[in-house]
Amino acid sequence: MNICFGIWFTREEIGLSNSSIVSVKDLSYTFSKEDPSKSILSKVSIDVNAGEFVSVIGTSGSGKSTLFKLLAGLLEPIEGQIWIDGKQCDNRLGKVGYMPQKDLLLPWRTVMDNILLPIELIKENKKQKMVEIREWLSRFGLFEYENAYPNELSGGMRQRVAFLRTLMTGRDLLLLDEPFGALDSMTKRKMHSWLLELWGELQKTVLFITHDLEEAILLSDRIYILPSDSNQIIQEVKINLPRPRSSNFIYQSDFIEMRKELERLINNEG
Amino acid sequence: MKARWKKWTDDYGLFLLIVVLVVSVWEWIIRKGFIPSFILPSPSSIVHSLIDNWQILFEVHLPATLKEVIIGFCLSVVGGVTLGICMHFSRVVEKALYPFLIISQTIPLIAISPIFIMWFGYSIWSKIAVTILTAFFPIVVSTYDGLKLGGNEYRELLLTMGANRWELFKKVQFPTALPVILSGLKMSVVYCVVGATIGEWLGASEGLGYFSRRMSGNLQADAVFAAVFLLSLLGIVLFLLIAILEKQLLKNRFR
Repeated sequence: MNICFGIWFTREEIGLSNSSIVSVKDLSYTFSKEDPSKSILSKVSIDVNAGEFVSVIGTSGSGKSTLFKLLAGLLEPIEGQIWIDGKQCDNRLGKVGYMPQKDLLLPWRTVMDNILLPIELIKENKKQKMVEIREWLSRFGLFEYENAYPNELSGGMRQRVAFLRTLMTGRDLLLLDEPFGALDSMTKRKMHSWLLELWGELQKTVLFITHDLEEAILLSDRIYILPSDSNQIIQEVKINLPRPRSSNFIYQSDFIEMRKELERLINNEG
Repeated sequence: MKARWKKWTDDYGLFLLIVVLVVSVWEWIIRKGFIPSFILPSPSSIVHSLIDNWQILFEVHLPATLKEVIIGFCLSVVGGVTLGICMHFSRVVEKALYPFLIISQTIPLIAISPIFIMWFGYSIWSKIAVTILTAFFPIVVSTYDGLKLGGNEYRELLLTMGANRWELFKKVQFPTALPVILSGLKMSVVYCVVGATIGEWLGASEGLGYFSRRMSGNLQADAVFAAVFLLSLLGIVLFLLIAILEKQLLKNRFR
């Protein structure tokens, strides 16, 4: 199960981390500085390579969202370092694409204008990007909805619009915080197939928070399990399923085996 | 056409029915002589008075009051929204000025108005000062409270996109606050009419408030009621204007 790709192993052994797009070392965070025993994250180290899809799972309160906010630059760690693109940066705001659990589409903007929001903020040429966005919209099955308002869309559509907006930040690293968490299971399945189909050509790196083990295995190259007790160490699981994948993979026996293994790891930890 | 008529009667039919009923009973009571007409004039005599004083009401007094209301309201909107925004951006401004705002609302208007007359004399500015004192507060509070609605989630999202504070304000917080600010404006414009009337009561040479006070001195209750009727009509029309503006500005949101 925990077999790693050769390349990954070697790089680790040599201690090189310059091909990793994000690298976190001994990261600690707590909401109350007076009481360090109540830490949310303690000595967390993770490493994500360019082009990887990595999931972070863990029980509620294990600090998944906090980890993301630290990476996005919304919070500052108490201890530890964060490297993005091989550089240790203090001001990380605007350096990674962040997609929160709620779609947070602005209700007074059309689909197109919502997606243009990050472009407006980085002050790029809107006209040029609109051509690109229209292409994406048709790939996302949203072509007719360019001028629709968010309240005219279904939950799945809104999530796709929010995803496209995150994509348009132009960042290589995307942090997706339970993007499908609020969807019903049917819509969620559709979103999985959609994302898997898309993945090959996205050329992005994704860090993905989820509660759903099936989702984590289906989508990811690797999974990190954040311990509920911050004194325990973070575990890593490699998913050796070939790509391109389809959502039918969940019925295969090795998929089910992997799921059992993952559940065992989580329960042992708990 | 028929459907529209039906909707209209559905919305306003009951209200109109009650108006007709009340006016009829009112007219009947006065005609029968239960209440002397200098205490409560009959609706028909109010209409007569409106027609008799038509020229002076519409050419002198209504424009005078309207002018005070419009100047007072515009100054309140500009000042109130600006102050609300300043309080949103600066905690120091908020802490320094919020108590004064509340205090300004606890001052009995009638008591302080003579001071305004002392300061500004009988010019239009004494009336405008009273108008601003009544209209300012709802605008500041609605702006300030509306801007707080922006929500932490949106703030975080835009910050990760690299937005600065001003962009955050422009793209999210102000548009989010807009419906609340507009509600404040609707309330405030009605207060403006009240404020202008009080201002005129205390010292003026024209305006509907001045007219109604003079007429009540002459025991011409019908003329007082005519002026009051016009004042209330003015309030309704201004309210509706802001409501139309609101509908235009927010038409994309609630479809």
